[in-house]
Amino acid sequence: MSDLIRVVDAEQATRNERKALGFWIYIMTDCVLFATLFATYAVLHGNVFGGPAGKDIFNLPFVLAETLILLTSSFTMGLATIMAAKGNRHQAYTWLAATFILGFSFLMMEISEFGSLIIDGNGPSRSAFLSSFFTLVGTHGLHITVGLLWILVMLWRFYKHGLKKQDLHRLSLLALFWHFLDVIWIFIFTIVYLMGSLS
Amino acid sequence: MSNRKLISYVTGFVSSVGLTLVAYYVVVDRAFGVGALTYTVAGLAVLQLIVQLIFFLHIGQEKGTHWKLVTFIFAVLVILIVVVGSLWIMHNLDYNMMNMSPDQQKIYMHNNEGI
Amino acid sequence: MNNLREIIFGRLTWQAFQHDPIMGGAGVFMVVALLAIMGYVTYKHKWGWLWRNWFTSLDPKKIGAMYLIVAFIMLLRGLADALMMRGQQALASGANGYLSADHFQQVFTAHGSIMIFFVAMGIVFGVINLIVPLQIGARDVAFPKLNSISFWLFAAGMIIINAPLIAGEFSTAGWLAYPPLSELQYSPGVGVDYWIWSLQIAGIGSLISSINFVVTIFKMRAPGMTLMKMPIFVWSVLGSMVLVMFAFPILTATLGMLSLGRLLGMHFFTAGGGGDAMMYVNLIWAWGHPEVYILVLPAFGIFSEVVPVFSKKKLFGYTSMVWAIAIITLLSFTVWLHHFFTMGAGADVNTFFGIMTMIIAIPTGVKVFNWIFTMWRGRVQFTTAMWWFIAFVVSFTLGGVAGVMMSVPPADFQFHNSLFLVAHFHTMIIGGVVFGAFAGFNYWFPKFFGFKLNERIGRWSVFMWVLGFLLAFTPLYILGFMGATRRLDHYDASLGWQGLFIVAAVGVGLILVGIGLQLLQVGVSIWQRKQSLDTSGDPWDGRTLEWSLPNPPAEYNFAVIPTVTERDAFWVAKHNNAQPSTDYEPIVVPENSGLGAVVGSLALVFGLAIVWHIWWLVIVTLVGVILALIISLTRDEMYTVITTDEIKQIEAAREGAAA
Repeated sequence: MSDLIRVVDAEQATRNERKALGFWIYIMTDCVLFATLFATYAVLHGNVFGGPAGKDIFNLPFVLAETLILLTSSFTMGLATIMAAKGNRHQAYTWLAATFILGFSFLMMEISEFGSLIIDGNGPSRSAFLSSFFTLVGTHGLHITVGLLWILVMLWRFYKHGLKKQDLHRLSLLALFWHFLDVIWIFIFTIVYLMGSLS
Repeated sequence: MSNRKLISYVTGFVSSVGLTLVAYYVVVDRAFGVGALTYTVAGLAVLQLIVQLIFFLHIGQEKGTHWKLVTFIFAVLVILIVVVGSLWIMHNLDYNMMNMSPDQQKIYMHNNEGI
Repeated sequence: MNNLREIIFGRLTWQAFQHDPIMGGAGVFMVVALLAIMGYVTYKHKWGWLWRNWFTSLDPKKIGAMYLIVAFIMLLRGLADALMMRGQQALASGANGYLSADHFQQVFTAHGSIMIFFVAMGIVFGVINLIVPLQIGARDVAFPKLNSISFWLFAAGMIIINAPLIAGEFSTAGWLAYPPLSELQYSPGVGVDYWIWSLQIAGIGSLISSINFVVTIFKMRAPGMTLMKMPIFVWSVLGSMVLVMFAFPILTATLGMLSLGRLLGMHFFTAGGGGDAMMYVNLIWAWGHPEVYILVLPAFGIFSEVVPVFSKKKLFGYTSMVWAIAIITLLSFTVWLHHFFTMGAGADVNTFFGIMTMIIAIPTGVKVFNWIFTMWRGRVQFTTAMWWFIAFVVSFTLGGVAGVMMSVPPADFQFHNSLFLVAHFHTMIIGGVVFGAFAGFNYWFPKFFGFKLNERIGRWSVFMWVLGFLLAFTPLYILGFMGATRRLDHYDASLGWQGLFIVAAVGVGLILVGIGLQLLQVGVSIWQRKQSLDTSGDPWDGRTLEWSLPNPPAEYNFAVIPTVTERDAFWVAKHNNAQPSTDYEPIVVPENSGLGAVVGSLALVFGLAIVWHIWWLVIVTLVGVILALIISLTRDEMYTVITTDEIKQIEAAREGAAA
């Protein structure tokens, strides 16, 4: 029997190693997806078709707040993984919950930004610029939504089963995903918002 | 072990916040001309990318073959090819197809090509 | 009342099911065939068996076989479309032919899309699933459940692209659906939506599959098999999968933007609102050119296995082959503009991409020379697989030379959108991918069925195919020079093209005979399987690890994972008289999972619902997919363990059967 347990454990360990690499590769493919959307935005951002340009609609202090919130959530996610690795269930739980709250606030801010643009008649079908803007930022928001859902499932697992080994591995993948979304946001913040408000 | 990780995260977080604020304030204060600003914030973004790759994503710190690093480098290469290529091609098409009215065209040619 | 109907059924009405006789006939035929198969399965009480042994199986050999079955059925569908086009163009000289212009457009769109996405891609993924784990000495792929999901997404896409035969119509915008024609304003029907969602769903399957195989190749090679000791087929698969991984996200994003334009009125590629149709052309080819190499690299890999085995020599220039694959992989991302030289780019851009295109021909040429040098001074056995190789070299070189001609931008202004181009890419894809698949089929068939295919009928099928192939496409090169553009549903009689079009139609008829001979070959081989039985597991005196296994390999492939010391691992082991180890260890295999079939079915319904704007169903299926994934991903993984005693039994039974 111990023979079996050893074989299954070894299998699980190599599987986790594969999953870590596979998930990283998935993130690389997602980067290419975002790159395509960035390229489209870069090509179309001048095509305002009589509508507003970036500098007319961007509220930079608001976006800075969004950026700092997301950055902080990336940090708290890191803390959650450290605490979980230490076996400190309570702390891990708290930091993960903090990440969720920060991520959720970010998402709400993004939705409110979108909402106010649409109410002002500057929805995604207004011009090519706005189409590409909404799609690029919205795709990021969609990823954030998936991440939040994942955090919820994770929180529920921690609550129900404690820090199981397999869940720690899943948490490390979730953390990777969350950091990646932060990296994408740096470029949205820089290319869409900062550069957009320059010209 | 976990202390080193904690230090790594704190370093990453503090420097990312710093880089974000610098980028924000140079743009808001219009510290330089538009062209220089564009390159500055782009540079700051790449810097922050590197910071987060090292301190948050711990790239290149795995055991064995650095497959993560290899795939990352290839991804960056492909992204650069696709983005730069698309911008170059589309700009070139716009220029050649002169996506503007005849009057605009005359002004453009006068200003940019000296004809 | 009308409102309620729209909420429940979206755009779907009774009129959608009414078709003209030809399309309706095809639809009825499809439904009857499907019902007949389902009836037969029900009659034989085989549903449970199908579900347990095939639909939920995570064995890559079975998943690979299912890919190949789907690809073969789609080959017949695509071929039927080809016959209709050839017939139309042979008849429509100064007349209207038997197809309406609209139907003709649907036919060529379906032909292109199906042949690329569901035949060529299906063949590629099928062969990879069957062969890669065996060649690297692995028991499975890295992510068995994802592998099953990939297949079922592929199958869902296949059903969606065939659904227009029953309800609605297919896209008339060509296989790449250039806007603004594919935008809502000019294609208001469901056709383009069918096209988008079929490709989108199958494409996500391909993307997942590529991650799977890259990790498999990186992480699961047998001990001692360093990268430079991998069989060259595995190298070519690695190149191909890396391309899928980086090219398919571009397709996903591009199709996503096209559908956002159609669904939410956004302006990416529209003629109004500041959109730019050229951006679509740019992006779709940034995916589309790598796609060409995604298809052809594995075919190169197959030939690199076939030629050394039947020349009784090791592959000439292994290292240069590896470099050629690596360079092709990278360069295939730098040539995409050659698909639209004529669309307004300046001399600088056109020159750059023209030169890059000429450069990428060099590593391909290196490969051709390597194969020929492998044959040189070898003891060449002219088996059917080898004849397919020879047919490939001839047609691929001819087509390749035509490709280099078109890489010269000024010349391309003459060739662009002409039948010359059509002839070129058919020579490449049929001559490369399809001939490669046939060579692989003849070569690997005994591994999975335990007997060889009939050589005589096999050779005849090659000759008929090649003859038909030359007759079908040589006239198109000539017609291209004469100014015939692609996608003509009729032309003026005074142009004098009809003769050549008739020759081309005859050629397709001969290809059909070739396919008939292939079916005959399989039939006769099954009939006379006693005479060509192979009990050794190594009928061709092979060089790579798959030949070290009995036919067919056990579920776990290798009872003991082999240790590799050199290239051509099995060849080396054979010549050192190495005996396979019997130090069995318990083997962990994943338990069957219905996740793939469930996600695939939900994706199918999701695709159909979004095509017909049935929004409630879109939401229901989307939530279903998310729930299925959450439940399956949070559950602990289920394994079956095969104990050492069971392995001993299985292996002993196999040896008994072999002796």
